[in-house]
Amino acid sequence: MKKLLLTAFVIGCFALYSFHQRHEGASVVIKAPSAATTQPPGSSKGNSGTSTSPAATTTYKDGQYTGSSSDAFYGFIQVEAVISGGKLTDVKFLQTPNDRDTSVMINSQATPILKQEAIQAQSANISGVSGATDTSQAFIQSLSSALRQAQA
Amino acid sequence: MKRVWQIMGMPVTLIIDDEQADEAAFEAVKNYFIYVDERYSPFKPDSEVSRVNAGLPRAEWSAELKSIWRKCQDTKYSTGGYFDVMRKGRFDPSGLVKGWAIDNAAGLLRRRGVTHFYVEAGGDIQVSGHPWRIGIRNPFDRHENVKIVELTDQGIATSGTYIRGSHIYNPLGDMAADVASLTVIGPNIYEADRYATAAFAMGRRGIRFIESLPGLEGYMITADRQATMTRGFERYVGVAA
Repeated sequence: MKKLLLTAFVIGCFALYSFHQRHEGASVVIKAPSAATTQPPGSSKGNSGTSTSPAATTTYKDGQYTGSSSDAFYGFIQVEAVISGGKLTDVKFLQTPNDRDTSVMINSQATPILKQEAIQAQSANISGVSGATDTSQAFIQSLSSALRQAQA
Repeated sequence: MKRVWQIMGMPVTLIIDDEQADEAAFEAVKNYFIYVDERYSPFKPDSEVSRVNAGLPRAEWSAELKSIWRKCQDTKYSTGGYFDVMRKGRFDPSGLVKGWAIDNAAGLLRRRGVTHFYVEAGGDIQVSGHPWRIGIRNPFDRHENVKIVELTDQGIATSGTYIRGSHIYNPLGDMAADVASLTVIGPNIYEADRYATAAFAMGRRGIRFIESLPGLEGYMITADRQATMTRGFERYVGVAA
């Protein structure tokens, strides 16, 4: 029984790890206090064997796999990978650091994988632009006008 | 037809794309923003907000201000305290009033029968009618856009840091220093704006918070020039042209 659990655990870790390797750009964002760094699940156990990339033909057995409980400096993280149709379809957070009440609230939500990309300039015909700079300039404008009044 | 005014310390833009653009509709929107500024600006000593901070008893608050106060409290609650209009003991609802005012201006236009319009105040936008192509500003270069979205009857708001050269000034403190900007698309500008403000204050976790809210999509840009988007965001992404 113990052996079986250990095997399942190792497979689970590998599945998560190889998924991460194969999907650069789609990385798991772990909710964390700003001081902590984002860390993909399964990569916190050192880097033994990380130099070989997994076979591109890897398919996963359907099921749910629980990863290790890893120290993420600000708390422990443990995830469960859900495989269906041979693909990783969800990562559930079984354990997440609870540094404050709000993170409890946010962590209680489902934690799907969010897509990432490098930002790139676009040229296009547009009607307008959404951005924060104008507001901030207004903020600074108001502040300097307030300061000017304060000087008077 | 397009008009730009300088109100509330920021450019306010109205575009009306209907067959006949009614000059009176432009005047109504302009006057509405002037009214909001005079009534709710924390920088104007005669505004109701300034009078509240000077000790105006609650019993004497206008019904509209009471309603804004309740909206602020609701938002504080629904964002786990990350949206807070009390700063250093002073009441400053500017973070909520902008989105609320744009939303009201849109209502005013709809009641006048205007169908295709774009209302913007300082980078927060409400559109109505035909798909409108909107850029998301590069927080590292204000002359560039990093994404084009196509919206119909929706609001889009961006909360962010003020970047000059390599310096990032964050009015909300260190928590969000890692996030350069966070853009939220919502069913209207009021929802998009208040949740963009709160999620931005959460730092990198902010995009998760937007993901957890039905009806809202987000695009977060971090200091390393990487963007993270919610799962439904891409359906709004338009092609470059």
